[in-house]
Amino acid sequence: MTKITFIEANGTEHEVEARNERSLMQAAVQNGVPGIDADCGGQCMCATCHVIFDDAWYAKLGTPSDDEEEMLAPTPDRTPTSRLSCQIQVSDALEGIKITLPEFQM
Amino acid sequence: MLDKVQPLRMIDQDPLTIPLDQIDVTQAELYFHDTHWGFFERLRNEDPIHLNVSEEYGRVWSVTKFDHIAYVEKNHEIFSSEPTITIADPPPDIPFQSFIQRDPPEHDPQRAAVQPVVAPMNLAKLEGLIRQRVGDILDGLPIGETFNWVDQVSINLTTQMLATLFDFPFEDRHKLTYWSDCTTGAPDVSGGDFVTIEERNEALAECGEFFIRMWHERANAPPGNDLISMLAHSEKTRDMINKPMEYLGNILLLIIGGNDTTRNSLTGGVLALNQFPEEYDKLRNDLSLIPSMVSEIIRWQTPILGMTRRTKVDTELFGKQIKKGDKVVMWYISGNRDGDVIKGDPDKFIIDRESVRHHLSFGFGVHRCMGNRLAEMQIRVTWEEIMKRFSKVEVVGPEVRAPSNIIRGYRELPVRVHPL
Repeated sequence: MTKITFIEANGTEHEVEARNERSLMQAAVQNGVPGIDADCGGQCMCATCHVIFDDAWYAKLGTPSDDEEEMLAPTPDRTPTSRLSCQIQVSDALEGIKITLPEFQM
Repeated sequence: MLDKVQPLRMIDQDPLTIPLDQIDVTQAELYFHDTHWGFFERLRNEDPIHLNVSEEYGRVWSVTKFDHIAYVEKNHEIFSSEPTITIADPPPDIPFQSFIQRDPPEHDPQRAAVQPVVAPMNLAKLEGLIRQRVGDILDGLPIGETFNWVDQVSINLTTQMLATLFDFPFEDRHKLTYWSDCTTGAPDVSGGDFVTIEERNEALAECGEFFIRMWHERANAPPGNDLISMLAHSEKTRDMINKPMEYLGNILLLIIGGNDTTRNSLTGGVLALNQFPEEYDKLRNDLSLIPSMVSEIIRWQTPILGMTRRTKVDTELFGKQIKKGDKVVMWYISGNRDGDVIKGDPDKFIIDRESVRHHLSFGFGVHRCMGNRLAEMQIRVTWEEIMKRFSKVEVVGPEVRAPSNIIRGYRELPVRVHPL
């Protein structure tokens, strides 16, 4: 298990114990964190599990795949450190990570 | 050469006994009669990727399972949206081009230019206006009389919304709906009977003149918040007027996208709650279920029956050999009833269904519906306002549908409203 904090756009924090080997999207959904829709169910076919990292954490995550880039590109509130949370696996390396949720999912 | 054999009319056939290879789900009248269900169920079970060859449409593969549809959506390098996304080839007398008919990379900047209009941050500003208009429409409904919900509520509301997004002359707003219905409802595009081809061509010529005039007006005025002004002033698109067919195509795409889909979901929701009265009770007892119900209405209705791709190279699709040039139809209407993905009786309307947002009605991948949040918001606000006023919107007669192999729509739904 890995400790992860999701921060809603209004500042509300949700600290969850997430299972390793699952995605960050699943960690949010299974722990009832609001603000992640995950319409496509984690197949990188929509952009409704959009999350934002700080620069330091973003750099540790590796680069998004072409598929992910294709879905992120048209997201209006995308930032330089945006990712799709269904494409990131929970592991010990993410212990203590803080993740900001956008105001809306599109 | 294809055999000149008159195809069987599906509406005369029994889906359980018809030879599998004779099943043809491209016939528009199937959807007019709402009798497609059994054919799709048979295909999902026995031949989920099903070939038809006809004189009218050529080689057409029907993809009927949720996961197979998702695969086709995602692989746009193989399954192209060009030159169009209908089963019928583009009519030679409609020269318009829009980004729904483009693959990446050409698709991307055109979509990016108009997306901000329907982005959630813009919608938050629109919600109050929509609520006020919905309230006015509902307050004006005749009590104790039977009336057509489609005209009085669904069309009325979506037409007003379109006029707002385009800042279109309000008194002429019915033209927007008419142009949209003409584009999708002619026989050569969808097997529809809303207008003849000649009437359609005349309407689109008028539409073209109207919007070209509006472009010039908006380009010469300070930037506004409407779609045309945004296109005319955005750096990426301000030269679009030099490609008038691209400009008009994208305008029409936005009109159609905001018209048929929301309109028919607004009607479908009333029908669904009347067919499943225990769900209406559930809603009355817990109005916080409205957002979830909105997603379920959109799945249950599936206002766009499906989208078609054209295959760019010989390929294999889950065991079937697809040839270059073959059409591949992603039947959302079938995938949304696929019990392998939609758990717990997919034919039932369940307003608090688990994973209710996981449906195909908006498509997936690069062409995923751009107006999904606007659609959801309009339907949500409409139901919030209905529940403040009426204990029941009662369906009092049979619905009348429209023939089409693109849009699953209604022309009439006779109802009476019962105040709280």
